[in-house]
Amino acid sequence: MTVTGHGDAATSPLAASVGLTDADLLAMYRTVALARAVDERMWILNRAGRIPFVISGQGHEGAQVGLAWPLRREHDWIAPFYRSIATCLTFGMTARDLMLAQYAKGIDPSSGGRQMPGHYGHVRHHLVSVSSPVATQILHAVGIALAAKIRHLDQVAVAIMGEGSSNQGDVHEALNFAAIHRLPFVFIVENNGYAISVPAERELAVRDVADRASGYGIPGVVVDGTDVLACYVAGRDAVERARRGDGPTLIEAKVTRLTGHSSDDQQTKYRTESDLEEGRTLDPLPIFRARLRDAGVLTDEIEAALASEIKAEVDDATDFAEAEPDPDPATAIDWVYAEHWPGETAPPWHQGSGAGGTGGAGGSTAPAGSPG
Amino acid sequence: MAVKTFIEAVREALAEEMRRDESVVVLGEDVGKKGGVFLATDGLWTEFGDDRVIDTPLTESMIVGASIGAALNGLRPVAEIQFADFIHPAFNQIVSEAARMRYRSNNGFTVPMVIRAPYGGGVHGALYHSQSVEAFFTHVPGLKVVIPSTPHDAKGLLRTAIRDDDPVLFFEHKKMYRSVRGDVPDGEYTVPLGRAVVRRPGRQVTLIAYGLMVHYALEAAERVAGEGVDVEVIDLRTLRPLDRDAVLSSVRKTGKCLVAYEDNRFGGYGAEIAAIVADEAFDYLDGPVSRIAGPDVPGVPYNHALEDWFMLNPVKIADAIRRLAAY
Repeated sequence: MTVTGHGDAATSPLAASVGLTDADLLAMYRTVALARAVDERMWILNRAGRIPFVISGQGHEGAQVGLAWPLRREHDWIAPFYRSIATCLTFGMTARDLMLAQYAKGIDPSSGGRQMPGHYGHVRHHLVSVSSPVATQILHAVGIALAAKIRHLDQVAVAIMGEGSSNQGDVHEALNFAAIHRLPFVFIVENNGYAISVPAERELAVRDVADRASGYGIPGVVVDGTDVLACYVAGRDAVERARRGDGPTLIEAKVTRLTGHSSDDQQTKYRTESDLEEGRTLDPLPIFRARLRDAGVLTDEIEAALASEIKAEVDDATDFAEAEPDPDPATAIDWVYAEHWPGETAPPWHQGSGAGGTGGAGGSTAPAGSPG
Repeated sequence: MAVKTFIEAVREALAEEMRRDESVVVLGEDVGKKGGVFLATDGLWTEFGDDRVIDTPLTESMIVGASIGAALNGLRPVAEIQFADFIHPAFNQIVSEAARMRYRSNNGFTVPMVIRAPYGGGVHGALYHSQSVEAFFTHVPGLKVVIPSTPHDAKGLLRTAIRDDDPVLFFEHKKMYRSVRGDVPDGEYTVPLGRAVVRRPGRQVTLIAYGLMVHYALEAAERVAGEGVDVEVIDLRTLRPLDRDAVLSSVRKTGKCLVAYEDNRFGGYGAEIAAIVADEAFDYLDGPVSRIAGPDVPGVPYNHALEDWFMLNPVKIADAIRRLAAY
């Protein structure tokens, strides 16, 4: 945050009401706006034929920033999902990191260009690599929380997904186990009302996913996902509870999906214009902006400075990622295992050393005990 | 050196690795006070307590999925699936997640974990307590699949698997748990992954097997030896990564290859061995690459007459050797 002109300690009544400073609120706003700007740029690049696929977080950003804000960076863990752009930015990834994933470039920290866009991950930031089968990540977060408890690491692990994914059996197995062992775990459901095309009333027999928490003996909280600060408070309470050893919480943030499911989806086929219009009224970005302006935290001057800063950041990220080289096909055989195995043969067209690996995001070296 | 049963070797490997490395934890159904339905984890809960020997709900996907997470955060979980037949609810976690984590994160995240599961028939276990499931997993790059045949290897390979930095599926033939005994050395020996062993040298036919079938193969080789057929028996021990050189160098010597596996024949693990041999040792072959395997019915039927019909045995394997040797 470089543009506030406030001292870090400046605290409006709004900031004080949630125990934060004005600088915190502006940093949160900046993250929401940056996530939106990155996301919008992704769509432009897709429509311009520069990147083949987009999966978007537009409409979810307010909840994502608010809920992730209370976590400790590079200490706690998040198992995110494919809409978690703002979550990843909040937790330490940069616009460059995200844009490298869109372009699937060799130095993309999420996967080195191996995964589709949206499948983020970052080792140092404790963002667990995302896959495409939905809800699997909840068990990883629960396992991370289990290890944190056993190893006395004082960490909290968070899993995030949509309400559609929350119907998977892994969610039941995860919440049951996390609750039995009072693990330091928070389950966040970003309920945008649609599982691709299927509306919530065809996905859930209850109105709120949070109702299901009672079946596991844990608190279930519904929070307005357009209210960044309410999300922050809900997240803070759940994280504190988890860190105290009091067990998991299920937080359901009601959000809206402002775009189609992905760049391959046309949501006007299954959503009415009035539904879409209502969704646009739930856009967290202008809602948060208006709230901060009303509170006197955000001024014309700050907003203009932020806007130009964000545009420069997204331009830089785009140019940087576009200029980066694609991954070398000679590396496509690397990192199946920690070591290279002579019995695992490369295809006849493969050109390269066939070494176990030459780099990679983790930079870990092959352990001793390779064949031999 | 002492003579021990297969299950004792498994149990000792677990206990000794848990003593050596406090990041090793065991989780599964009934693994705690009861010590597992086959007693593979007997005594661990008493020694290591609730934090490191975790009785789970009946949730195979959770057992594997939470193990993945625990492995991401510094533990080395050894997950027990009570019977290999019940591993299928965890298939997504094993195949989509554990196997791909290293590759999809470009070596960023790794999953050092072991999944142990008793497999195999011949124990009156019927369709759902007899399955051989290795082929589902040997198909998947990123997984290591181990099937030991002796107490020595069970202990040495389980140690190596626990210390390995990739997900390892460790299948133990339940019929061998108490029926197979063997010398187990004292001390902290290991057996490397990816290394087969010649159990019986021979000149005329290469017979490739793993798990319980190694014992039946050796008996079959003994039966035909009196008829002048000299069989070399290879115990693969690790199915993936495969010790390709051990297979090919033997076949290049004998010119004949028979693969014995208990699983259904169609698309089974032995089919890959047969394909590799056909591809890479074609010039040396003096007969068709052959398989002797379980019948293609959906499971091992319960009644003893039906089960005997299903299961391979030394007589059936000896017949297959004779057919191949006759070329």
